[in-house]
Amino acid sequence: MTTVIDILSWILLLAGGIFVFVGGIGTLRLPTFYTRMHAASLTDGMGTVLIILGIMLQAGWSLAAAKLLTILVLLLLTGPTASYALANAALLSGMNLEEDEGNGNKAHEDKPHEDKVSDRKISENKLNEVEK
Amino acid sequence: MYYVVSFAILITMALALVRALLGPSVYDRVLSVNVFGTKTTLLLSVIAFLYGRPDFLDLALAYAMINFIGILAVLQFFQARSNRQLNQQQRQQLHGEDLSDNRD
Repeated sequence: MTTVIDILSWILLLAGGIFVFVGGIGTLRLPTFYTRMHAASLTDGMGTVLIILGIMLQAGWSLAAAKLLTILVLLLLTGPTASYALANAALLSGMNLEEDEGNGNKAHEDKPHEDKVSDRKISENKLNEVEK
Repeated sequence: MYYVVSFAILITMALALVRALLGPSVYDRVLSVNVFGTKTTLLLSVIAFLYGRPDFLDLALAYAMINFIGILAVLQFFQARSNRQLNQQQRQQLHGEDLSDNRD
């Protein structure tokens, strides 16, 4: 019985590690901001659940398992909320959805620049065209 | 087995740090910091069982809460800033158009 639980926990932990690793690579490598956010949400969702479930199998019925469950619920509640707030703030600041901003493109630099209003108007015009 | 998972989490944290240094926009940096914080929580949970000290789970719990509140506060700040800039630019554009109309 212990061996079965060990093997299950091994599998869960390894799968969680793979998910986290792939999400990290995606956070670094994907081309636009929203795709990078998609990769980061991968580690927030599946990686967290798999890793913490794997540790919970090792912990058994104890106080540590209860704490792990609390951490899991907290992370599952806060992760999507933070992702939503981030996407909302980026969209409201006029960041385009389809814009190809590589590492060399300075379109959305840290400092305020003057094209934000025009960017927003362009995207609004595109939206209007689509609606028409 | 804990070593493998903690190694993967550490590599992901390093990649997120690289993205935070590279990231062209502010929001990329905020995203990377968010990923870094979540991975710190996971790493603390794994280390608690790696070293057999379940006390670390309390630290992980506290870190998860602080990370969430911090990200929301930073986002609120940047959103207010971008709103302020948009309002200012729109006001300038309106005044510019009014002036040109008067000249015509």
